[in-house]
Formats: sequence, structure tokens, C-alpha cells
Amino acid sequence: MKRFTKLLSKTLIIAAGFSALTATADVLQDIKKRDLIRIAVPQDFPPFGSIGTDLKPQGIDIDMANYIADEMGVDIEIVPVTSANRIPYLQTKKVDLVISSLGKNPEREKAIDFSTPYAPFFLGVFGSKDVSVTKIEELAGKTVGVTRGSVEDLELEKYAPKSVDVRRFEDNNTTLTAYLSGQVNLIATGNLVATEIATRRPSRAPENKFMLKDSPCYIGMAEGETALQAEVNRLIQKALANGELNKISMKWLKAPLPKGFGA
Amino acid sequence: MLHFADLLQYSDLFFSGLLTTVELTVLTTILGIAVGTSCASIRQYGNKTSQGVVSVYVELIRNTPFIVQLFFIFFGLPALGVRLSPWEASMIALTINLGAYSTEIIRAGLASIPKGQVEAAKVLGLNFRQTLTRVIFIPAFEKIYPALVSQCIIVMLGSAVISQISVEDLTYAANLVQSRNFRAFESYLVTAALYLGLSILLRFALNAIGKRLFVYREAS
Repeated sequence: MKRFTKLLSKTLIIAAGFSALTATADVLQDIKKRDLIRIAVPQDFPPFGSIGTDLKPQGIDIDMANYIADEMGVDIEIVPVTSANRIPYLQTKKVDLVISSLGKNPEREKAIDFSTPYAPFFLGVFGSKDVSVTKIEELAGKTVGVTRGSVEDLELEKYAPKSVDVRRFEDNNTTLTAYLSGQVNLIATGNLVATEIATRRPSRAPENKFMLKDSPCYIGMAEGETALQAEVNRLIQKALANGELNKISMKWLKAPLPKGFGA
Repeated sequence: MLHFADLLQYSDLFFSGLLTTVELTVLTTILGIAVGTSCASIRQYGNKTSQGVVSVYVELIRNTPFIVQLFFIFFGLPALGVRLSPWEASMIALTINLGAYSTEIIRAGLASIPKGQVEAAKVLGLNFRQTLTRVIFIPAFEKIYPALVSQCIIVMLGSAVISQISVEDLTYAANLVQSRNFRAFESYLVTAALYLGLSILLRFALNAIGKRLFVYREAS
């Protein structure tokens, strides 16, 4: 019994020591000390993260992770995660950053901290270059294709003027075909679908006219790591200013960053 | 629990969908039977070349799925510079479809008219117009009328597919309502009932027309 109490107290002391350590630990210093940053990236969500033909992860998030590591001047360990376990990986300190097409919401903000946005992710109205529309009111009298029952369909119904001829199609593919065949010159969809069109038919690459719903991607990190957060934000600002972010967007999304991104 | 009350606010949508379906059905029935009658006459009485052309049309349409024909007209033709509105594309697709099927039905009717009957008309001194209508077409149509009515109803029910190219017909209304309030069972049940009502009505109307058309009954 005595031995057990001793063991218990020892364990408690170690545990207390650990929590004291984690409470004061500065992840940014840890990264510099071990000369390695561990970053969680997706592997099942192109163009953000997928496995390339060389069996290596590739995508926006991987490029972004490499950029951060390069700028910090440390080695990088890429940790593939799924959308379900990316936050637990962060909370159990298996990774330092999550760059995994992470959207921000109040619920998540209670659990982790976010950087400024690094990649665009939004629903919007897209169209061919010869159609000039800059805001939702200007859709009046025009024809817009959309996938029935999707979020963008509901947004259009809520905000678009009554005179818009909304053509609803069965699924994303039919909406896409309607645009490609010229049956509609405007579509409401996500920017990833627009990228898909630009990849399939560069000559009819749709350009973003305006946004319906904006939900850009942020880099996630453990709560209270202010030094790390400041450093990551500084690097994002730098990439935004020197065009690095725009280059990544052009490479993977086939479109420049939307106007006013990160502002 | 069923919530039919949730559908009430969409009754306008169902009504305008129903109207579109009725409108398209009436138009395509008239045009389709006209196409069918012309093509059947060519197939029965025309020369070799025109018979060949009609055969290709009939076989092409009867041996490909309707939705493929519809997609070809709506999504395919713009590549050739022909851009039709969803409504026009559906009208044409339905007419072409009914035209091909009714060609075969009507041709069977024409083939059933014995040569002797036409010769008898000649002997009795009926002129060409009288022979054509009273001796050939009306008896021919009378024989195949039930089959033709069924085909028209099949086309009307098949028109549900046109909601795929965003024509706002009855099925479109059902899909839209269902995507808004997730009352799939109620929405489709009401739609099925409306289609059933439409079918019964169409059969009733076409039979009434038949009764007036076939007053010259054969003496048996």
C-alpha cells in the first residue's frame, strides 16, 4: 500500500510537471529548438490536398505548409489527416499547425485559434467574360443555372431579385454541362466547381462575378499560442503582399484570389 | 406522421407545373400524331428513298432512350450553333419521340386496310379526298385508336424527365418542393396523384374525340 501511494504521488508530480510545462510551453520556440515543424494536411480533398501520381501529397495546403516551413527556416513533417481527426491531432499536440482547408465558426473558435485566411473557399456567381455582372441586384432579367436544393440555390432564392430566371438542374454535373454547352452563361456554384470547369475547358473558364457566401480557409493552431499565431499571420501577410498566395491560387484553383481577399 | 399542410404554401408551384405539363402534352399529342400520320403514309405508300429516310428516323428514336434524345437536343445541339430554350427543346424531343412511335402504330392501321376496300371505293365513284379520309384513314385510325391513346399517355408520363433540363413541369415542382422542405413522401404522393388524374383525364378526352371521329361504323 505504501508503495502504491508513493507511486501515485510520483505520478501526480510528473503529471503536474507536465501540465505546468504545457501551460508555459511556447510552440514556436519548440519548433525552432527541434528545427522541425509538424503540419497536418488533408489527403482526400483535391485541390487542397490529395495524393499525386508520385504518391506524395500535393495541393494548396501542402504548398502552404512548405512555404511556412521554408520561411521559418525549419524542416517539415507532413502529417496526413482526415477532416474528422484534424482537430484532435492539434489538441493532443501531435502537430503544430493544421493546414487542412479549415473553415472558421464560433464553435471551433472555442477549441482552437485561427490565423488570417490563406485560401479562398466560397459560393458565388460565375460566368463567361462577356457577361458583366458585379452584384446580385444586376442579375435582374438574366438567366442563372444552379444545382437544385444546394446551398447556393437557397442563397439565390433568398437574395436574388424576383426577375432572375433561375434554371435548376439535377446535379452539379448537369449544371456544369449547361454552362459548358452555353445554355446558361451564368452559374451559381462553389469556387472548386468553377476550377473544375476551368480545368476541363480552359477556353470557357468562368470568372467570379460576386460572392454569395464566403468561408475562406484558415490555419488552425492550439489555443493561446500567441507567438506562433503572430508569426503565421506575418508569413501569410507577406505571401499575400508578394503574390505568393495568388500564385498558389492560380496553380491549384486556376483563378486569382478574389478581390479584397484577406482584408 | 404526414404533413400535407407543408405543401400548401407551394400550391402555386404545383399548379403552374401541372399547367406546363398539360400544355406540353396537348401540343406534343397534336404535333406528334401529325408527324406520325405523315411518316406512316410515307412508309406505306411512299417511294423507296422516302421510305428509307422514315425507317431510319423511326428506328433511331425507338431504339434510343428518351433522356438521351432530350440531352442531345438541349446540351448537344448548341455545339452546332442551335440553342433552344428548355421548353422548346422538350417540345421538340417529345414530338419527335411520339412521332416515331405513332408512325409504327398508324402504319399498322393503314396496312390493315384491304386493297379491295380502296378498289370498292373507286368502283362506287368516291373521289380521292373521300377515299383517303373515309375509306382509308378513319377506318385505319379506328382500328389502332386504343394503342395510340396509350402511347400518348406514355409520352405524357415520360415528360417527367424534362425537369432534368430545368423545364418547370409537374415533376420539377415536386423535386423543388422536396428539396426545400424535405417532405419527399408527401410531395411525390401528391405529384403521383396529379399524374394519375391527368392520365385519366387525357384518356377520357381522347376517347371522347374517338367517339365523335368514328361515327361511320363498319356494318358487321
